[in-house]
Amino acid sequence: MKFKSVLSGVLLAFGFGTVAFAADVKVGFVYVGPVGDYGWTYEHNEGRLAVEEHFGDRVETIYQESVAYGADAERVINTMAMQGADLIFTTSFGYMDPTISAAKKFPNVKFEHATGFKLADNVSTYSGRFYEGRAIQGHIAGKMTKTNKIGYIGSYPIPEVVRGINSAYLHAKKVNPDVEFNIIWIYTWFDPAKEADAAKALIDQGADVILQHTDSTAPQAAAQQAGNVISFGQASDMADYKPFPRVSSIIDDWAPYYIARTQAVLDGTWESTATWDGIGPGMVSIGEITDAVPADVKAEALAMRDAIANGTYHPFTGPIKKQDGSDWLAAGETADDGTLLGMKFYVEGLTGKVPE
Amino acid sequence: MIQLEKRRNISKFWTTLTPVIAVFLTMSFGGLMFGLLLGDFSSAFGAIKLIFWDPLFDENFAPYARPQLLVKAGPIILIAIGLSIGFKAGIWNIGAEGQYILGAIFGASIALSLYPQESILIFPAMILAGALGGFIWALIPALLKVYFKTNEILVSLMLVYVAENILASVSQGLLRNPEGMGLPGSRNLKDYPSAHNSEIIPNSGMHWGVLTAFLAVILAYFLFLKHQKGYEIRLAGEAPKAAYFAGINPSKTIIFCMGMSGLLAGMAGLFEVAGPAGQITMSFNSGYGFTAIIVAFLGRLNPLGILLAGLLMALTYIGGEIAQLMLGLPGASIQLLQGMLLFFLLATDIFTNYRFKSRSS
Repeated sequence: MKFKSVLSGVLLAFGFGTVAFAADVKVGFVYVGPVGDYGWTYEHNEGRLAVEEHFGDRVETIYQESVAYGADAERVINTMAMQGADLIFTTSFGYMDPTISAAKKFPNVKFEHATGFKLADNVSTYSGRFYEGRAIQGHIAGKMTKTNKIGYIGSYPIPEVVRGINSAYLHAKKVNPDVEFNIIWIYTWFDPAKEADAAKALIDQGADVILQHTDSTAPQAAAQQAGNVISFGQASDMADYKPFPRVSSIIDDWAPYYIARTQAVLDGTWESTATWDGIGPGMVSIGEITDAVPADVKAEALAMRDAIANGTYHPFTGPIKKQDGSDWLAAGETADDGTLLGMKFYVEGLTGKVPE
Repeated sequence: MIQLEKRRNISKFWTTLTPVIAVFLTMSFGGLMFGLLLGDFSSAFGAIKLIFWDPLFDENFAPYARPQLLVKAGPIILIAIGLSIGFKAGIWNIGAEGQYILGAIFGASIALSLYPQESILIFPAMILAGALGGFIWALIPALLKVYFKTNEILVSLMLVYVAENILASVSQGLLRNPEGMGLPGSRNLKDYPSAHNSEIIPNSGMHWGVLTAFLAVILAYFLFLKHQKGYEIRLAGEAPKAAYFAGINPSKTIIFCMGMSGLLAGMAGLFEVAGPAGQITMSFNSGYGFTAIIVAFLGRLNPLGILLAGLLMALTYIGGEIAQLMLGLPGASIQLLQGMLLFFLLATDIFTNYRFKSRSS
């Protein structure tokens, strides 16, 4: 496949005219980081490779990495559409407006935007319920911290990240009432140097658990260097840091979705939808919980995972108050998706403010 | 032992030719790199052709890529022209990126505060505000230099980080789209006709910012060729003492040069946010302010040179994307190629400015 795409490029480059072979469907992927980030973009690229593997010669894939938001993104998406892509996945929230804009220009191309909310006849949205994984992470973190201080590296203060913080905090607090969260915002998804600095600062402030909502493995390395700090893989398994400091992970598994959507284009059954799947359907999975975690804690964490998967437990189940002390969810009430999707508030007990 | 000796008379011919040589060296070594990456040297030529030729002349790519070249080059050229004025006088504004951000914020604020009223006065007001934003931001290092002898390189660079933090703050607070579901980022100015920096001719890529960049090239050309101020700037840079004795006020020169470069960078930011980018977001700035420094030097601080260098730099971006897409080349390899361009330029410059002499011991 790769050879063919190289070949096609060369043929085109030399002006030898149209390509001799043709796949039934061409799928484009726009990535926010490099495919070698071993986090967010790495997993999207694994999904792309799974599509190639699944469909073989029937499908050709193209991609562009480290695409900046704004004008660059729109140009890349347009170029992909012009080069014959039938289906384009844009895999970061900042590609929302460029995707919608390109979709207007290319009504026959199907677009899929990750983590956004704008739909059109030829634009779907998709994302994972990562907060489900955060609940399990919070549980393990609350049980394992000795200093009762948990450091959290936030990327952008958007609802997705705030939701993760709330979910992790609620479940850490439930098993450890003394737990405190220290949050640092670094305003980037991928910047190993900044991520490492944030991790070190949090560790210096006494944190012995590092949770990250950024895409590189730099915080894992910082935890490893500190020696007595645990961490969790983010977006990808980050298995290189097993069994310690990385004691578990939240893995985004995009492959089944990408294959299903490509199949829908092949079959002509593609329709605009908004997908938000969690552990149950398999878009979010929990990476191996290592032996660094006590057996009873591991058993509880796995039980929670199964309860979330079969729908008997929702990570946001009342009673929960907001940070300002006002009521949010009554006892037994679960959060509705609308509130979760627009979440810009902390729950009671978290310190600091969501940056404005 | 080989020794470098500064040439007394620097050849005009070679000064003009070395950028061209640097481009050819970049193509050769870039091709070598692509050949190694692809494991196939016959496709290396294809990669170089995809980057440097196809966006301009291939019927498959050129119709879209050519206008996009203007869109990409416009802000870079506009900023680089401003910077070149200071660089000629030996005043080093390294913080155009910050001035670009402030220009965008100032200009967009005008539009967002008037939304959704329509008036033909809104866009001109935005341009003025954008220019003012960049001007003010550049004036900070200028005044600090004049009154406290601070180093403008450090101050202007540090102010980039301050500007980035202001940008992050307003995208989530002051200028955030109230209908944006809590996501950071302003309203999209493309959906606001009075504020939209639209193309002057549809599908040409020619928006008001590109036109302004071309005008800036022409004005800068006459400034240095015909105008007294241009002469003063050159003199201040080339012979500061002589300039001083000739009665040229160094403080005024600093303020003029920093202010002008900030003003143009601010306008570039405004044209970008109101046009191609469309909205204020946390990562709105994409390094144009720094790329423009390279372009200013690649163009020899000469307005026409900067025009060509800006277009060439844009070509490496657009062509680089096409090469990535068609050949699956890693994004970092394109950055390497751009790095090579600067490296070879500096390397060939050594031969222009210095003579190699073997030392007789």
